[in-house]
Amino acid sequence: MAEQQFDLVVIGAGPGGYEGAIRAAQLGMSVAVVEKRGALGGTCVTVGCIPSKALLQSSELYEETTHALADHGIKVAKVDFDLAAMMARKDAVVNSNTSGVEFLFKKNKITWVKGTGKLAGNGRVDVALTDGGEQVLAAKNILIATGSDVTRLPGIEIDETQIVSSTGALTLPKVPKTLVVIGGGVIGLELGTVWRRLGAEVTVIEYLDRILPTMDVDLGKNTQRVLAKQGMKFKLGAKVTAAKKSKSGVTLTVEPAKGGTPEEITADVVLVAIGRVPYTDGLGAKEIGVALDERGRVRIDAHFQTNVPGIYAIGDVVAGAMLAHKASEEAIACVEMLAGQKPHVNYDAIPGIVYTWPEVAAVGKTEEELKAAGIDYKVGKFPFSANGRARANGDTDGFVKILADAKTDKVLGCHILGPDAGNLIHEAVIAIEFGASSEDLARTCHGHPTLNEAVKEAALAVDKRTINL
Amino acid sequence: MAVEIKIPGLGDSVTEATIAKWFKKAGEAVAADEPVLELETDKVTMEVNAPAAGVLAEILADDGATVLVGQVVGQIEAGGAAAAPAPKPAAPAAPAPAPAPAPAAAPAPAKAAGQALPAAAKMLAENNLSAGDVSGTGKDGRVTKGDVLAFLENPPAAAPAPAAAPAAPRKEDPREERVKMSKLRRVIATRLKEAQNTAAMLTTFNEVDMTALFAARKTYVEAFEKKHGVRLGFMSFFVKAAVAALKAIPAVNAEIAGDELIYKNYYNIGVAVSTPTGLIVPVLRDADQMSFADVEKKIAELGKRGRDGKISVDELQGGTFTISNGGVFGSLLSTPILNPPQSGILGMHKVQDRPMAVNGQVVIRPMMYLALSYDHRIIDGREAVTFLVKLKEGIEDPQRLLFDI
Repeated sequence: MAEQQFDLVVIGAGPGGYEGAIRAAQLGMSVAVVEKRGALGGTCVTVGCIPSKALLQSSELYEETTHALADHGIKVAKVDFDLAAMMARKDAVVNSNTSGVEFLFKKNKITWVKGTGKLAGNGRVDVALTDGGEQVLAAKNILIATGSDVTRLPGIEIDETQIVSSTGALTLPKVPKTLVVIGGGVIGLELGTVWRRLGAEVTVIEYLDRILPTMDVDLGKNTQRVLAKQGMKFKLGAKVTAAKKSKSGVTLTVEPAKGGTPEEITADVVLVAIGRVPYTDGLGAKEIGVALDERGRVRIDAHFQTNVPGIYAIGDVVAGAMLAHKASEEAIACVEMLAGQKPHVNYDAIPGIVYTWPEVAAVGKTEEELKAAGIDYKVGKFPFSANGRARANGDTDGFVKILADAKTDKVLGCHILGPDAGNLIHEAVIAIEFGASSEDLARTCHGHPTLNEAVKEAALAVDKRTINL
Repeated sequence: MAVEIKIPGLGDSVTEATIAKWFKKAGEAVAADEPVLELETDKVTMEVNAPAAGVLAEILADDGATVLVGQVVGQIEAGGAAAAPAPKPAAPAAPAPAPAPAPAAAPAPAKAAGQALPAAAKMLAENNLSAGDVSGTGKDGRVTKGDVLAFLENPPAAAPAPAAAPAAPRKEDPREERVKMSKLRRVIATRLKEAQNTAAMLTTFNEVDMTALFAARKTYVEAFEKKHGVRLGFMSFFVKAAVAALKAIPAVNAEIAGDELIYKNYYNIGVAVSTPTGLIVPVLRDADQMSFADVEKKIAELGKRGRDGKISVDELQGGTFTISNGGVFGSLLSTPILNPPQSGILGMHKVQDRPMAVNGQVVIRPMMYLALSYDHRIIDGREAVTFLVKLKEGIEDPQRLLFDI
């Protein structure tokens, strides 16, 4: 059995694994990446961020054409869409991204070992090759970047046709008449929005009493209001206890979370989007003694090292937000540390974005977190309805909210519901990363007329001196 | 790209220095390796050169500031244009901003120290402060609004009073001039006093007849210079004679460390050199293994570099015995002070023709008084006297040095 020697072997070619691999190669390491999917890029590129954004963009254009163009004085006679063409475009977008990563691997002389990697101890990774056979990789360092998998709901089996995960929801052959989304988080709201725009009647069932439960309470509440206005239905504080499939659809048994009378809800398709779990199946972590925590996440120290020297882990498979960019930051920091550098990941400056429209974006602490931590803070809030550009665009839903330390004025958090929130949030990300105060944001000139002016006004609002409100 | 000017390593035992003087003002152009500032340490003054060509963008520690080894004291904006644009054909620094030299290995937590974020800058200006006054907690040491607020709330304990004036206030007298003691001067002062306070120091004297040395020198001076390219002086004789005497009396080459004595089986002879800023003592390492020519060359070289302020701290350390020649200034007799932790120092003096009684006859001889100050805790009087006699014999009959007698 051939044994090949590398400085670094990465298991998993998602945004953590592939970016870490490229950085390691830049730093002069010989790098192999083990990936079992037939394409590089991981969940994000193949069945996550990228295809969902492709469908969100297409469906949004459709909705804009049918609902918003008339407001602008544009008349469109007959509007229709071709789902197959939409899906083909999405696939093309995915392909161009995966082949882009493949090109980057070649450019950086990174070896892609196609197969399933298993930790074998003593700095070795056994790979069951996709094409059959085995290969042993010997590595000075190993980076576990296996990511996460869909969380399953007991008693509700995902078949990816009638009961689907996010993966199946990206490839439905036709628009369901009714779609029930179990889970009011990022994935459920985004994919629910796609199919609602294309004509499905969408109901979101959430166990907790609000959607986007990890985000600032203002965002959850207001996002729900905006999405409801668009036609999405919500059933909060409810749990799904059973699912019965028939030819015509799925009948779900839904009970109040606190207990009470069950009811039945029927849908053509059910999307299970209750979260993701770290993926370590078949990795051999336990066998060689790599410790996992109580939630199955790989335990790491401040240098991303597991309890086994020479084995590191980053991204969804370790603790923290399950976000592609968080994984990338960690992976790059990890390999830079291997190269003797001293990088740092600032977990207070990792944005989270929901790509509905309006978008939802947040960075730093929520009001609830600041209250819980006993930190004295000030709030500055500015609605897009008072922003000239938002009005010109006809996109006035939402607001920018900035939380600043009451004493030092340091920006602690920023929460945006609004047009292009995912881009706007980065002003606050940079502010937090640089330790800026809200006054710093307020004193930074903003172009006019832009949506970004709402960020500046929210910063002024912290000091109760907005100009345009 | 900004390049930092850092205080270089100054030798094993030196961790801080004083900025004697900046040669350049902020905004002036500097060439790579051009001296930009002068440092004073307790042993030596030295120049710090520009790490890159460009413009001295910022001075972070002013003249007179005490700085630590490794501290960033200024920034050079590499390839930047000076206020007075030199007609430099865009030096080859410009092309291709070379693949950013792998984001500096260290986190360099303070690479942006002294830079204020906008709100902080406003607040600093309103309070007549500069960003350098406040230590920054923002990214890379940037000064944040919170830092300025904290500074204003809790100003650092009574800013270091202007050069702590002498205890008893003394009236200003226009006929007096007050000058801050240089670092070198201050250290010389404390070291000398420390030596006096620590050692049981006393001095023994002798005199040496230089006739034979002069004769030998006269005979060989030309051939010596021709072969070695350096003049044959006195010092090589004295260094060699001192080494021979140290070998005979090891206590003079020893030191006290706690309740132990350290005898050194190597002979590093410090030779005091006067410089414009004070006395320095460069060390001839392993002088026992040097030839006369080696000694002369080395002394000439160290002396020149010492006077030019270009001597490294390492070259001033590790001496085991010192020779000080007050004779060059005309001193007839003196009692040198020890250079701790050394236990002996030889004082050489002016050569003077004096009538001497030799074999019952009065003859005129070129004579020099010798003084050996020594630490009586470690060296007995008998040893000190024997040492000096041994040295005297080596000078009066240089052939003894040759035959190792």
